Amino acid sequence: MSSLTEVLPPLSERPTVLGWMRKNLFNSLGNSILTILASLLVFWAVRGLIIWVFTVAEWRVIVANLRLILLGQYPITQIWRVWVSLYLLSFLTGNSFAIWVRGAWRIGLFLAAIPVALAFLPFGMQQRLWLVGLAGVGILGWVLARGGGPALRRSVIIGWLLWLPILFLLLRGYTSSEGWMPIVTTNLWGGLLLTLLLTIIGIVFSFPLGVLLALGRRSELPVVRWFSVGYIELVRGVPLITILFMAQLILPLFLPAGLTIDRVLRAMVAITLFSAAYLAENVRGGLQAIPKGQFEAANALGLNGLQTMFFIVMPQALRLIIPILVGQFIALFKDTALVSIVGLLDVVGIGRTVLAQPEFLGLQREVYAFISLLYWVLSYAMSYVSQRLEVSLGVGER
Amino acid sequence: MNDKRDIIISARDVHKWYGQFHALKGVNMEVKKGEVIVIFGPSGSGKSTFIRTLNRLEEHQQGEIVIDDIELSHDVRNIEAIRMETGMVFQQFNLFPHLTVIQNITLAPIQVRKWKKEKAEEIAMQLLERVGIPEQAYKFPGQLSGGQQQRVAIARALAMQPKIMLFDEPTSALDPEMIKEVLDVMVELAKSGMTMLVVTHEMGFARAVADRMFFFDYGNIVESGTPQEIFNSPKEDRTKLFLSQILQH
Repeated sequence: MSSLTEVLPPLSERPTVLGWMRKNLFNSLGNSILTILASLLVFWAVRGLIIWVFTVAEWRVIVANLRLILLGQYPITQIWRVWVSLYLLSFLTGNSFAIWVRGAWRIGLFLAAIPVALAFLPFGMQQRLWLVGLAGVGILGWVLARGGGPALRRSVIIGWLLWLPILFLLLRGYTSSEGWMPIVTTNLWGGLLLTLLLTIIGIVFSFPLGVLLALGRRSELPVVRWFSVGYIELVRGVPLITILFMAQLILPLFLPAGLTIDRVLRAMVAITLFSAAYLAENVRGGLQAIPKGQFEAANALGLNGLQTMFFIVMPQALRLIIPILVGQFIALFKDTALVSIVGLLDVVGIGRTVLAQPEFLGLQREVYAFISLLYWVLSYAMSYVSQRLEVSLGVGER
Repeated sequence: MNDKRDIIISARDVHKWYGQFHALKGVNMEVKKGEVIVIFGPSGSGKSTFIRTLNRLEEHQQGEIVIDDIELSHDVRNIEAIRMETGMVFQQFNLFPHLTVIQNITLAPIQVRKWKKEKAEEIAMQLLERVGIPEQAYKFPGQLSGGQQQRVAIARALAMQPKIMLFDEPTSALDPEMIKEVLDVMVELAKSGMTMLVVTHEMGFARAVADRMFFFDYGNIVESGTPQEIFNSPKEDRTKLFLSQILQH
């Protein structure tokens, strides 16, 4: 069968834009009228927006503050460190695609296109080169890791485990101000950089915590079960914003004088603990969907409880809840905006300081529209990549 | 012949309740090494419950079960030891859908018996050869037919090199044309000298390879004997009635 050449459908059925329009929009007089009326209505509704975007809006506020919105007050001379961590990320992503996601060139292309597309934003020439290089490094990582064996696989996993500590070491630095990598205190971390850091930390740490809480809630040991239930119900019953306030304002009252915990760290811990409670319930849902027969088969083979969980139940449960997890991670990403209320300078917080500058007074619409666009692009990217990954990893097919 | 050392399964006065429901009412059974036992009876008679108590998938509340000189008690080490000696095949196969066929088979030997991966895979391939589907080793269970899945399940249980194999209605979930391929594997296994307890209504299988048959009803053994005795001269009316019902077609 496969040796037959592909037969194209007859000319009349090949999809063309005009043909599609004729078939779906103008296939009868009534439908043609409806189509025209609806287009007029849509045009009337969005006309104002289009006019505003292209003529009224003063995008100079974004152009002038782009670095601030993306990186906060991170020192200009040290921005290379952010780039190095991004390059590492891009390289590892390229490696991982070559090893685990065979045939998923579409997602790879999509990811590589993101930095190239960003290069069209009003950056300086140097930043544009960095961005294009970012895509290049990702592709390089992909090329280099093709056809690698188990040894390469292991080193890429180790690379991922090391990436987060390296990221923090790079961003924070470790020498005095004269050294080659001076310490950048966290009050200078801001903008999209801070938003993404809060998100990444939230995801990476709330995930294992949530899994443990889910297991705890199903434990046969009453103390463990009660603790898990108590924690989950307590945290889920409180809004994130109050947890952030408690972490920023009330916690210092309990600490001995002189001992302070970094404000960014406090926000990270609050977000992680909050997210873990929700994650625990999602994971529990996945665990409950695993048929009893799977436990019985594992037990009959002599696997103990821990082995059954690790090799049989968890892999299946987590696969089942990937869509829910992605939804929660996107929600977490957007929830980090609340830290601006307790005084941290994430994207939204920075947006407010931009608007407080006398020369940009009254440009709320431009700033918030741009920030919304940033959130949307990143959320959609997460959603798109996870959906494509699900398909190419065969989740839901077996 | 009746040497005590030959007894590999000994169940004495085994009782099991599900809440108020008395599922097993004092079951007694002794099985010798290499015997093939067929257990049959109407649904709800306790036959599945009984063989599931033998590897502690169900807990018995009264009585004594000794498998290969290990008493089945609350002691986790005993339970683990017994589970290593007994393989089980389920009605619904219960293969692990996220693992390939060969991973299904090698998981327990690698994790529980601590074999090297190469050794486990070599033995897995031999077993797949034995059940007749070596070419399916790298597929996922969802890509196989029911009969093939059940043969993988048998290979998976055999990979732990058990002394006893328990079969809980292994052909009941299969389409008719696939029953034979599974029964062929089981017949070959029986002839190789494996001790087997099989809950089944496949009377052809029983006639061909069973050493003894047990008829269960209302949570207890009503009658037992060789296939000749059961088929040709059943003593109890309930056995006669049940056999006439399942054999009349």
